[in-house]
Amino acid sequence: MEFDLKTHSVREVNQALHDLPKDQETEVVVNGISGDHNIAVGMDQPAKITLNGHVGYFCAGMNKEAEIVINGNAGQGLAENMMSGKVHVKGNASQSAAATAHGGLLVVDGDAAARCGISMKGVNIVVKGSVGHMSAFMGQSGCLVVCGDAGEALGDSLYEAHLYVKGTVASLGADCIEKEMRPEHVEELSALLKEAGCDDDPHDFTRYGSARQLYTFKVDNASAY
Amino acid sequence: MCGIVGLYLKNSALESQLGKLFEPMIIAMTGRGPDSAGFAIYGDEVSEDMIKLTLQHEDEHYPWHDLASLLEETFGTSVSVLHNANAAVLKLAAEEEPVRKVIEEFDSSIRIMSVGRSIEILKEVGLPENIAERFNLAGMKGTHIVGHTRMATESGVTMEGSHPFSTGMDLCLVHNGSLSNHNRLREELEHKGIHFETENDSEVAAGYLTWRLREGASVEEALQGAIEDLDGFFTFTVGTKDGFAVVRDPIACKPAVMAETDDYVAMASEYHALSTLPGIENAKLWEPDPGKVYFWGKG
Amino acid sequence: MTMEKPGLIESATFSRDVIHEIQRAAETGIYDIRGFGAKRKVPHFDDLLFLGASMSRYPLEGYREKCGTDVTLGTRFAKNPIKLDIPVTIAGMSFGALSANAKEALGRGANMVGTSTTTGDGGMTPEERKTSKTLVYQYLPSRYGMNPDDLRKADAIEVVLGQGAKPGGGGMLLGQKITDRVAQMRNLPKGIDQRSACRHPDWTGPDDLAIKILELREITDWKVPIYIKVGATRTYYDVKLAVKAGADVIVVDGMQGGTAATQDVFIEHVGIPTMAAIPQAVRALQEMDMHRKVQLIVSGGIRSGADVAKAMALGADAVAIGTAALVALGCNHPKWDEEYRKIGSAAGFYDDYHEGKCPAGISTQDTELASRLNPEEAGRRLANYLHVLTMEAQTLARACGKSHLHNLEPEDLVALNVEAAAMAGVPLAGTDWIPGRSGY
Repeated sequence: MEFDLKTHSVREVNQALHDLPKDQETEVVVNGISGDHNIAVGMDQPAKITLNGHVGYFCAGMNKEAEIVINGNAGQGLAENMMSGKVHVKGNASQSAAATAHGGLLVVDGDAAARCGISMKGVNIVVKGSVGHMSAFMGQSGCLVVCGDAGEALGDSLYEAHLYVKGTVASLGADCIEKEMRPEHVEELSALLKEAGCDDDPHDFTRYGSARQLYTFKVDNASAY
Repeated sequence: MCGIVGLYLKNSALESQLGKLFEPMIIAMTGRGPDSAGFAIYGDEVSEDMIKLTLQHEDEHYPWHDLASLLEETFGTSVSVLHNANAAVLKLAAEEEPVRKVIEEFDSSIRIMSVGRSIEILKEVGLPENIAERFNLAGMKGTHIVGHTRMATESGVTMEGSHPFSTGMDLCLVHNGSLSNHNRLREELEHKGIHFETENDSEVAAGYLTWRLREGASVEEALQGAIEDLDGFFTFTVGTKDGFAVVRDPIACKPAVMAETDDYVAMASEYHALSTLPGIENAKLWEPDPGKVYFWGKG
Repeated sequence: MTMEKPGLIESATFSRDVIHEIQRAAETGIYDIRGFGAKRKVPHFDDLLFLGASMSRYPLEGYREKCGTDVTLGTRFAKNPIKLDIPVTIAGMSFGALSANAKEALGRGANMVGTSTTTGDGGMTPEERKTSKTLVYQYLPSRYGMNPDDLRKADAIEVVLGQGAKPGGGGMLLGQKITDRVAQMRNLPKGIDQRSACRHPDWTGPDDLAIKILELREITDWKVPIYIKVGATRTYYDVKLAVKAGADVIVVDGMQGGTAATQDVFIEHVGIPTMAAIPQAVRALQEMDMHRKVQLIVSGGIRSGADVAKAMALGADAVAIGTAALVALGCNHPKWDEEYRKIGSAAGFYDDYHEGKCPAGISTQDTELASRLNPEEAGRRLANYLHVLTMEAQTLARACGKSHLHNLEPEDLVALNVEAAAMAGVPLAGTDWIPGRSGY
């Protein structure tokens, strides 16, 4: 199945995608993309979708099941609230990639901008480049793997998400601390790196997690509120 | 809230196509700003002893030549007039302040949109498409251009509230976002002699830059100051005689994407607006970091 | 001032309540968190009166001559607008803040009278979807429990930017109420404080919201209406921006609107009264030629059919109730007075929804307490109450000669005092003076 956004509207493409059978894997290619928003949102089918070009906001939003590859950069809110499946962007991702996502895997070959994995709720994210400030803000669960560097306030107000960074961290957010890499973490990280096609050595990464000091109100932490 | 676009040509061979390249960029930002649109185009530079003014009047058939005659008489120099829709570009050998004074006294309903040697600011209420057509944007030549589409937040939809805002000789500002400390700042700036026409927050940002530049700050220093002194959300693009600057607030709430090739540097609120530029497939693309001032241009 | 005995004068500035709060703050080091809505007195619908028909107009005969109450919401873009029998809807209240039985009771009551209910922060429960015939799914900054399957099951989507109790603030669910099920729905560890974000994570500003709304429409194939809910503050501008961002319906929640848990300082000191917000919203819609095309739902302190009729006369298409619906279910009922007293409150005063100890079994996750609320009986009570609101509103509309609630107009109202006249934009009773509009 093939579409061209020079001749088809995003609405037509999305409707066709939503009409795909749920019990079989369909291959779909979309060409002629020039920053269009909301492409392949709300997928609930095990399709393999290739998007050729730079995509706009919220591409692959709320994805379930589908495997979506973007041959280009992605705009704001890539794979926001993803539930399952896989989204792989070959270029960079803008702000709030995988925001609030519950499951699945997001792989960013380039860099991800600010707020990558904000309020993540179970998704796994592997960024081969660097991430911007406030990444994994209020991260609830899932893993954020950064092969490059992390910007300011990494993991601010973190809950139970696991953060692994290979490069430097500009600063840690409130209640985010460096933690020991135990064997189960090396194992978890190795599996994610492998799944994302990275040959980085998991031992080169540092783990960060929640200090759990903000879980219930304490007056001595007032400056963090 | 709004859409911002900017295009700076590195390759002078493209200068005759500046308007044509830019028109689809600003139209692509219609969704972000359906209320009004405008642009500041740079080019057709006058010699060092001359200035160029862009004037606007509600009346499409305003008798600009009457004003030109008065200016010719007053300053003993020839004045060229280019009438474009409800705007006119006047060129003459004179100083800015006395010219402003003569215009103000001649007819206070004339609005001075820009003054400089290169800049021309044209803006109006309505959809970007209509504004581009009205001023024949596609036919315009120049070296660089910045544009804006506006979705009014807390002030009226008027020509005065439209962007770009002039901030001094050959300078202008466009803004996406909303400021949260502009009311007090406006008062402070009024005490420093900056004049405001609207309740618009972006106009205060423009006034702030005007003041800093008047005090002798460089554009870069003024923008660094803006990061400190302006509260709220913003992506600013500042047009200068030689290029443009981009800065995002330290939280980086509002979007910006940049593209560079051998031929040009372009910026937009969304990639979508860059997609019609030639060679964009192979351009270097990136997002400006928050809290950092970027510059493109000669010198 | 109140006197204990002659000669003892209570300070108006440092009243006993104020002194109590200072002492409480000094002891605990935390701001007061509570539920319910604003308790301070603000100009409200009570300050407005209807001009019933007399000589100049004909009233309609009660019971015999029809006075329509139906409303259609979401006619702008959605393929399937929502049709309700009465213009009183149930506002968003979460499972988590409320017990499952309370949620079920809301659904049952609303179904009986043909109106909608709304989810809350924490997602949609299967029980809720099953019991509510028409269910509005809230899309909130926290995105707790946000799930595309539920999104597709919703009859409408409400993008929440804020609420009247706390415009500009996020929600809070304290550890006491995070049980296994609530924790699982929100992907959080059990028993920890849950702080909801005050901003959406993947967009800021109306320009980006316009794209977000298109995403939600694409996911749901443009079928269901999309509401935008705002807390009433800069209502005129916010409503204009909501229209520009592509809303089908705008929900404006005034400062009297309730909450499950927020700082008291937020509840009492942020936002504008519901009555003041409506004219601002209506003016914005009228200027854009969108009044009645983008529907306006108003909430915040709606208690009676008079409030419903007055809100509609000022230009609302429908109203939403939250606190009043909980009271109808049994919240603050005198039969629990003794139990309220055991936890330091009293029937009629209880506002500690965040503590999860609600004796009426409504704002709690405790199974023993929750079992006190029989969803069928409570649902029946809610249905009765909604019927009364509707009949009262009809009574007033008929008296003004209207065969449909939607034909009520601001011109049918006068104000009892200058404040209400200025805020509501109607004349002071017995005069033709609207402060700020006519005369001076």
